[in-house]
Amino acid sequence: MPTMRGDAMRGLAVFISDIRNCKSREAELRRINKELTNIRQRFRADKTLDGYQKKKYVCKLLFIFLLGHDIDFGYMEAVNLLSSNKYTEKQIGYLFISVIMNSSTEMKQLIIQNIRNDLQSRNPIFINLALQCVANIGDREMAVAFTNDIPRLLISGDTLDAVKQSAALCLLRLHRTSPDSLQLNTEWTARIIHLLNDQHLGVATAAVSLIDALVKRSPDEYKGCINLAVSRLSRIVTSSYTDFQDYTYYFVPAPWLCVKLLRLLQNYPPPDDPSIRSRLNECLDTILNKAQEPLKSKKVQHSNARNAVLFEAINLIIHMDCESSLLVRACNQLGQFLQNRETNLRYLALESMCLLATSEFSHEAVKKHQETVINALKSERDVSVRQRAVDLLYAMCDRSNAQDIVQEMLTYLETADYTIREEMVLKIAILSEKYAVDYKWYLDIMLKLIRIAGDFVSEEVWYRVIQVVVNRNDVQSYAAKIAFEALQAPACHENMVKVAGYILGEYGNLIALDPRSTPLIQFDLLHSKYHLCSPTTRCLILSTYMKFVNLFPEIKHHIQDILRHDSNYRSSDVEIQQRATEYLKLSEVCSPTVLATVLEIMPPYPEKQSPLLVRLKQKKPLMESEGAVEPTSSATTTPVTVYIDDVPKLADTAQQNGLLVSLDTPESNGHYEDSTFSSMTKPATSTVQSNKKFLLKNSDIIFENELIQIGIKGETTKSSMEIELYYGNKSNFNMTNFSSNIICTGELESELRMNMEPTKATIDSRAQIKQSGTIDCLKDFRDLPKMSITFYYNNMPQKIDFSFPIYLNKYIEKATMDSNNFFLRWKNLEKSSQEFQKIFPANFPMIYDDCHQKLEGFGWSSLTGIDVNTENFCGAGIIHTTTQQIGCLYRLEPNKQAKMYRLTIRASRDGVAKRLVELLEDQF
Amino acid sequence: MIRFILIQNRAGKTRLAKWFMNFHDDEKQKLIEEVHALVTVRDAKHTNFVEFRNFKIVYRRYAGLYFCICVDVNDNNLAYLEAIHNFVEVLNEFFHNVCELDLVFNFYKVYSVVDEMFLAGEIRETSQIKVLKQLTTLTSLE
Repeated sequence: MPTMRGDAMRGLAVFISDIRNCKSREAELRRINKELTNIRQRFRADKTLDGYQKKKYVCKLLFIFLLGHDIDFGYMEAVNLLSSNKYTEKQIGYLFISVIMNSSTEMKQLIIQNIRNDLQSRNPIFINLALQCVANIGDREMAVAFTNDIPRLLISGDTLDAVKQSAALCLLRLHRTSPDSLQLNTEWTARIIHLLNDQHLGVATAAVSLIDALVKRSPDEYKGCINLAVSRLSRIVTSSYTDFQDYTYYFVPAPWLCVKLLRLLQNYPPPDDPSIRSRLNECLDTILNKAQEPLKSKKVQHSNARNAVLFEAINLIIHMDCESSLLVRACNQLGQFLQNRETNLRYLALESMCLLATSEFSHEAVKKHQETVINALKSERDVSVRQRAVDLLYAMCDRSNAQDIVQEMLTYLETADYTIREEMVLKIAILSEKYAVDYKWYLDIMLKLIRIAGDFVSEEVWYRVIQVVVNRNDVQSYAAKIAFEALQAPACHENMVKVAGYILGEYGNLIALDPRSTPLIQFDLLHSKYHLCSPTTRCLILSTYMKFVNLFPEIKHHIQDILRHDSNYRSSDVEIQQRATEYLKLSEVCSPTVLATVLEIMPPYPEKQSPLLVRLKQKKPLMESEGAVEPTSSATTTPVTVYIDDVPKLADTAQQNGLLVSLDTPESNGHYEDSTFSSMTKPATSTVQSNKKFLLKNSDIIFENELIQIGIKGETTKSSMEIELYYGNKSNFNMTNFSSNIICTGELESELRMNMEPTKATIDSRAQIKQSGTIDCLKDFRDLPKMSITFYYNNMPQKIDFSFPIYLNKYIEKATMDSNNFFLRWKNLEKSSQEFQKIFPANFPMIYDDCHQKLEGFGWSSLTGIDVNTENFCGAGIIHTTTQQIGCLYRLEPNKQAKMYRLTIRASRDGVAKRLVELLEDQF
Repeated sequence: MIRFILIQNRAGKTRLAKWFMNFHDDEKQKLIEEVHALVTVRDAKHTNFVEFRNFKIVYRRYAGLYFCICVDVNDNNLAYLEAIHNFVEVLNEFFHNVCELDLVFNFYKVYSVVDEMFLAGEIRETSQIKVLKQLTTLTSLE
């Protein structure tokens, strides 16, 4: 113990001893209450307590607080200690404030004043205490109050190094808590960057953290740090460990500073300047070389420090993703680590390799280690290491090794730790679908999955199996066959019953000719499981029975008996009862043709992002700070989601009431709110300029936020539109696993046909990629498709959803005609359902040319010489769909006095006029 | 960024809790209990890293004490693992063979050591010589 001075607060030590000697919780509470009473009396009675006593009592209060008791007094005495001119008293005062006081105390102004006094003091120790306090509890008010004092301390020439270190991190705290209130003068930028060059390595170490945060806010402004960071790094890694005595840690020169510098550089793409770039590559090379040198010490501290730098260097190499030789070397190094005795190293190597597997340069190199990784899966004792092995297998999987990897994962699943089974099930399901060459193989795997890990098969997984089967008619009879076989097992997981039940209901007829699976056998087999299942599953099975009525009229009576049975017809479960009643009635009253229509096989599901990927991303509970504003670029992995949606969400089909359509469609709703999308990271803000983009123009920006800009260009010929989408990465990081989907749901499925080529998986920083495709109009439509974009940005999964702005007018072809013709046609469309009229106020100045241009932009003609009133607009167009042509005519009459328009549209198809008016009414 | 630093003994008594994020008091208590439950079940063959909610804990055990640092998932594990050791060596030097009781009786000094080495959730100073020199200066003051 350090030498006790006279003021070492003997009373505190005695009190702590007393507490420790208490035999029971009650005794401890009594002792604490006695002490609290004593302190309260002292504070109340004796206004002349000296600094030492005040310090002692405040410190006792602090100790009591740390034991978990509320402290509701003594705040004033603590604040008084701040103005003491003795270090020990001041320190306790600041400590009390930092630990106990929350931001909403009324003494805030007093505290700020005391901090200000200390910041302006000549005593560096006092300045430091004040800075450390701000770094601990700094908030918006403090950011405003010290917006000048602290930066000045940081860059002033005569500040002591220790003060600079604190000032840098103090600024970082203020920057994080209230980025807007902290205004850093741009003249300081260069001087802040130059702290990287500071002679004192401690100053540089603290400053990198600040600069890293500032870079994330304004990368261009701080670009100068790249050069300085590279040269500082270079000086450290090429030096001998003896050069940095104070900063050498177990023979490794300044490991923490190196790590921070390497992380700083990951904010930027590889340096443009060839000399800086080659210097950086040399550094990385040197670090990789050093990893091969014999260890200078047997102590684990030595290898840990060295490898800390190495792993960060590898992160940077992966981030730059351009030097294939470095990537492959990194991969080989990690491969060695996979065999290391240290569990930590094996774990970290697996983790890093996961990232390497996503780079095209090193994907193949990673695959060489497949055997070792599979061994890790089997032999590692730490479940988190096995988890990493699973992650890596998932990441390295491609068409060439999918069968092996899926098989290994499946084998491991049987003995896997319970905590990771559900995730493994998802991964197996995703991989076997993604890389299925033969869908029979996929089905075998999936049924095996349900058999061995049924409890961990989430709804999404078995829904997906159904979707795949429904959409691929080449596997339907095989599916029916193996589903039937799976049901024959004596003990059968309920999820298996669901899948098999569903499949037999749809495709049982495909195996019915086989004497081993005649309709009656199928039915009996399924029914043997019925009573073991939950009500939800029974409902599904009832639907299957109903489908059987249609497929196999010969067993209709068996099924009617079941439906009539009290346990169904009078079931206490409302849903079962309803189904039994309705199905029974349906089977009695409908003719076979009506039944066949009602119970037709499921149409294919629209292809969209597999819901399994979504499920995989769902995370654990979050740790959220209270009230504090987190920086937008904070290094958390919380996914960011953006919803822009002006179309009402379609009701989940499963919730529709009518029985005719709700035969348990395993349609998972396309909208999901991931619980992890929280306030930890602010969602990237998005700019939506107008509700209807791309309406009056042939090219437009349809989405933009801080990371990405999406542009569109389209050209229509009759019912087909060729479109080009441009995705621009505005950020400093590459976007990986990029995927973009346009999804039609509900009626739209039959109204639009999408045919988009796949996008590239990666968009480099500041680069743009193009996606072409066609969208055909099958029928007139009113809803908008959904656009759903997912990608990884700086290892953070991102998701953007918005309505894809394609409107009916895109399929209008301009038509010209003379006045007679126009009015002739106008009169022909006189039914009330063909016309729609609306009067609306002007949103823009009422200028003739602008209106003319907008109407032409909408797609139809704007004809002159039709209307006697030359102020009015008339025109015509034909909407082309693949099935029909819809003629439309319009008249737009401005009333400049009233600042109103009257728009009348007539169209040959009912409802279309109304839709067109809706599109145009807010455009003038 | 470091979210918090905890020193706990095997029984779950907290010997230091330093928070770099603003948490409610009950949330702090919950975090303390969860971390304790998480690290004490792990043995020497396990890694020194463990996922924790949307962060991770880097920890090391010294005799009966667990030193835990909660950091962001993409932070450098080994750098923080050695930051713990660096911190422990400083404590050991400062308290001349530190033991659990030193941390109890001198809790207010431990906070000073933390502030010298970690500030605003970042590593402030890594040189043991510099930290100890500063701490000695402070101890000599009234």
